[in-house]
Amino acid sequence: MTSAPPEQESYVVARAMPAIISAPPKRNAMMRTLRRHPTMWLGGTLLALVAIMAIFAPIISTSDPSAMNPAVRVQPPSAEAWFGTDMLGRDIFARSVYGARVSLIVGIGVALFATIVGMIIGLTAGFVRWADGIIMRIMDGMMSIPAILLAIALMTLMRGGSVMNVILAITIAEIPRVARLTRSAVLSVRELTYVEAAVACGTSKLGIIRLHILPNTVAPITVQATYICASAMITEAILSFIGAGLPTSIPSWGNIMAEGRALWQVKPNIVFFPAIFLSVTVLAVNLLGDGLRDAVDPRLAKRV
Amino acid sequence: MKLLEVRDLQVHFETDKGVNRAVDGLSFSIDTGEALAIVGESGCGKSVTSMSVLRLLPTPPGKIAGDIRFRGEDLSTKSEREMRRLRGGEISMIFQEPMSSLNPVYTIGRQISEAVRLHTGANTRAARKRAIEVLILVGIPSPEKRVDEYPHRLSGGMRQRAMIAMALACNPALLIADEPTTALDVTIQAQILDLLRDLRKRTNTAILLITHDLGVVAEFAERVMVMYAGRKVEEANVADLFAHPRHPYTQGLMDAVPKLGQVRSGKMSKALAEIPGRVPDLTQAFEGCVFAPRCPRAEDVCTHLDPGLEEKADGHFAACHFAPKEAARDKA
Repeated sequence: MTSAPPEQESYVVARAMPAIISAPPKRNAMMRTLRRHPTMWLGGTLLALVAIMAIFAPIISTSDPSAMNPAVRVQPPSAEAWFGTDMLGRDIFARSVYGARVSLIVGIGVALFATIVGMIIGLTAGFVRWADGIIMRIMDGMMSIPAILLAIALMTLMRGGSVMNVILAITIAEIPRVARLTRSAVLSVRELTYVEAAVACGTSKLGIIRLHILPNTVAPITVQATYICASAMITEAILSFIGAGLPTSIPSWGNIMAEGRALWQVKPNIVFFPAIFLSVTVLAVNLLGDGLRDAVDPRLAKRV
Repeated sequence: MKLLEVRDLQVHFETDKGVNRAVDGLSFSIDTGEALAIVGESGCGKSVTSMSVLRLLPTPPGKIAGDIRFRGEDLSTKSEREMRRLRGGEISMIFQEPMSSLNPVYTIGRQISEAVRLHTGANTRAARKRAIEVLILVGIPSPEKRVDEYPHRLSGGMRQRAMIAMALACNPALLIADEPTTALDVTIQAQILDLLRDLRKRTNTAILLITHDLGVVAEFAERVMVMYAGRKVEEANVADLFAHPRHPYTQGLMDAVPKLGQVRSGKMSKALAEIPGRVPDLTQAFEGCVFAPRCPRAEDVCTHLDPGLEEKADGHFAACHFAPKEAARDKA
């Protein structure tokens, strides 16, 4: 019944409105964002290099990372073995390059799973009133145990270090952080007037979550995911270093360092190179996260 | 049959201090195409009333009792799914804050068409066409362009228009406007009221206007209901109410509005009238008239006998023992 009225009808108000100048078209928004946030650019580039290294590990390092050769034990860096060799004569360069695979898979895997599961838990806690208390107390309980201790305990329970088990153990330890963040975002967004307005428009609960809540939580969660990725890499290295993580048959920066630990005063290269790789990778992820955070919430950028 | 009929509505909230009777025994009705205004100060139960009609109050802590009928159908027996179909479809609502009532991450067109698609099942293109139609209806210039703009690019008045467009998108029979002009400056207020009035005439939509601004009421409504502490204390048509307010609270409200030319300082100064005292604590039980503690005319009878709503003149109800009846009208 409300068809469009003819144009000549008197809309005093409408006619009095000045024509508003339209904004220039967005061009290369992606490039502009990158240029405005150099940390993101730097972190992204470094991380891309590490990723290339991980993917093309067999091409980059010509020797087998697990091949032992007692004749060339604990060699210093040389033309044959750029980073030297360890106590069993394995090429540290090859091991470090392959170690990037473990680090990236664990980092990304944990970030992904922890985010997905944490968001589901957080959404449930934020939306289902009666479940909120129960869920969040469990999360608090989990957070009261340091993530590394919890991961060690879980690794012991699972008996056997495989990459999947490491991911699982670290994921469980990281879930509470995502759940908390999601819940707080849900709680603040669900009270906003536009959510109320959407309810008054007849939008269903799932529709509210999908259309209004999720888009508003994606930004902080994405930033959080990068931090989780970085901390998962460190946790994995620690687990492998203390022997609770991956066995030495799967080269990881953590277990390479562990093997060089006894000799680090005389042969620092065994510990030094994987440590550099780990530091640079974690730095890259953190830089990317900082850049993302600044891009997502410019108010925070000026504070640091 | 009335379009919306509310009888003996009780909205109570469980609080730590006891039961808060936010709305206590409220009855009113709206005809098709009618404009009813609910006036009262903050906390008198205006918004709670409107939200309980759409069943938007969280229960618990809220508790709604009473009879709410829309087109003769009891809303309390409807399922959540049926209520959803009603919200935004047959009954829609405009909120106070146009700044925060639109989701900043979607274009206004998307938000309007979302409502259309939800209720009519129209496809994206039809819904978009409808969005442009309603934007024209609410007088937004160059709607084809505006439909793709994000809320932050619109001014407050334009956003409120977009909100109204959203509310009208599905041709509601009843529009609940909860303080639609409070957050806007005076010029825009007038424009929005003009628009609502014009739309009511054109689309025959009944409007329930909730406000604390008597100026808005005088401008807009046909019938007015004055609420105090969760009760209706007076109801009349607009002209009658402003010419002969019968309840002391209504009179107090009107005296408290500053008038142009009133001298505020200097020799001839006259302080702006105020209603002494405070709104009663609704968690406490009381006897008699709710307004008695603040009423200049209160006598013994007021503190123990509830006056109840009484027709004092033709179509003019007031809940006061001493409100002048029809005969007094000629003198006034």
